[in-house]
Amino acid sequence: MNLSPFLTFFLLTVVKIVIVLVITLTSVAYTVLLERKVAGRMQNRWGPSRVGPFGLLQPLADGIKLFLKEDLMPLAIQKPLFVIAPIIALSCALVSIAVVPFGPLTEVHVHGQPGFDLFDISNINIGLLVILGITSIGVYGIALSGWSSNNKFALLGSLRATSQMISYELALGLSLVGIVLRAGSLNLRTIVASQSAHGALSWNILGGFQIVAFVVYLISAFAEANRTPFDLPEAESELVAGYHTEYSSMKFAMFFMAEYANMITISCVATLLFFGGASSPWGNALPNIGGAIGAAIFPVLWFVLKVFCFLFLFIWVRWTIPRFRYDQLMAFGWKVLMPIAIVNILVTALVMSVRS
Amino acid sequence: MQLALFIIFAALAVAGALNFLLQRHPINSALSLVVVMLSLAVLYWSLGAEFLAAAQVIVYSGAVMVLFVFVVMLLNAGEEERTTGSRAAYFAGIPGAAAVFCLLSFVFLSESKTLGSSNLGGYLNDGTVNIVEISKILFTRLLLPFEVTSILILVAILGAVVLARKEPDPKVVTSSTDAAGVIVIKEKV
Repeated sequence: MNLSPFLTFFLLTVVKIVIVLVITLTSVAYTVLLERKVAGRMQNRWGPSRVGPFGLLQPLADGIKLFLKEDLMPLAIQKPLFVIAPIIALSCALVSIAVVPFGPLTEVHVHGQPGFDLFDISNINIGLLVILGITSIGVYGIALSGWSSNNKFALLGSLRATSQMISYELALGLSLVGIVLRAGSLNLRTIVASQSAHGALSWNILGGFQIVAFVVYLISAFAEANRTPFDLPEAESELVAGYHTEYSSMKFAMFFMAEYANMITISCVATLLFFGGASSPWGNALPNIGGAIGAAIFPVLWFVLKVFCFLFLFIWVRWTIPRFRYDQLMAFGWKVLMPIAIVNILVTALVMSVRS
Repeated sequence: MQLALFIIFAALAVAGALNFLLQRHPINSALSLVVVMLSLAVLYWSLGAEFLAAAQVIVYSGAVMVLFVFVVMLLNAGEEERTTGSRAAYFAGIPGAAAVFCLLSFVFLSESKTLGSSNLGGYLNDGTVNIVEISKILFTRLLLPFEVTSILILVAILGAVVLARKEPDPKVVTSSTDAAGVIVIKEKV
């Protein structure tokens, strides 16, 4: 094989993108199953258990069902926007996973390449800003879906979603500034590396004293993903189904997948920024098992475990806590979370300047 | 590669700008503006200004334009009516615009040597970190303009709050809620 360096890089990147996309979509499907199973156990029932062993093939059945359903489109919609809105929502939810490093920096030397990173699609200097930016673009999917449906409930749902996401984006962004100050970089790999000195003790949530920032981040992330207790945009007792009232078949499925893909991205970011990313909790205290392959595989397992814990927390909260009232939600975001996040930045900066 | 990126996104920006002018519905215009901003962000990035690109996406397309779309949706603005345009626009506007365009292109073309050039997309390969340099310049050499700008924005926010605040109606003496939660307004006689 004699490919030019650019072509080699391009082909390898496409392969990586396909692999990450397939893994993400599969985990989206199984997060839905996990949600239904956990919800069932919390309500003292079984959850889906008929399709395959323990109901494990349920996501497949759901997917086929949604594919085969009739794609209804009301007559009075704004058609181009109605079609493009779920695409925006889903693609924005999936794109931000591209900058997440899943494992340690493992470089493979293919001919003509200085070093090809195995465990992330792209390692860029402003990874954190890219995630924030793509999240902020994702609002359009929801805003347009409600407006183009030409339906009062859908419009109300999307207005709620838009104002909620704009408000909580501020608190979310501000809560991450403390981390950036400590790491001195917006590169996600550098941020992970800054927490790797003493295992769990040097994670930002413990050794970095960023637990306040973590709580602010978690609450605003719930609001960003439109999950309970902040799922007012689709509050079924008031707004039928909120912004996706008029959607059916695969278009509905795209919104559904976007919600779960957003949950996964948020869990990944929380893991990277506050829980040391792919590092193990005991750092270098225990010897490595399995040589070079073990050194590459075990961090990925740690990463997946941490992300899974966050996903479980999302589901747990959804089936435990009731919904907020809308004015409470707005007041909480602006009057509680944002001042706390700003105070956290000030305190972190003060401590850092005193120490240095 | 870099040239292909530039051509694609420059064409996208121009197409978005034209669509912005030609569309009759405010929402469609606003969305074309988002496309223009996103393509500009890609162009900034290919010139090595990664922080500027991210700020463009987060601030302009993520916050300002979302607010625009929100307002258009909330007011449910309808389609604009197409008029033939004012005569002044035809007689003064088009020659004026052409003159400005010619002047700008003349200046840029004749002064292109002194303006210096940037290697298009050259920064994408070696991954320079310029956020540190930007913040150093912003908080040392340009500290005063930076702070003055933030005060200016603060004044603008305060002005908006003052303008949007409701004046207390002189007719209404008291407004209170009764036991059933209905607002009761007593008027002055």
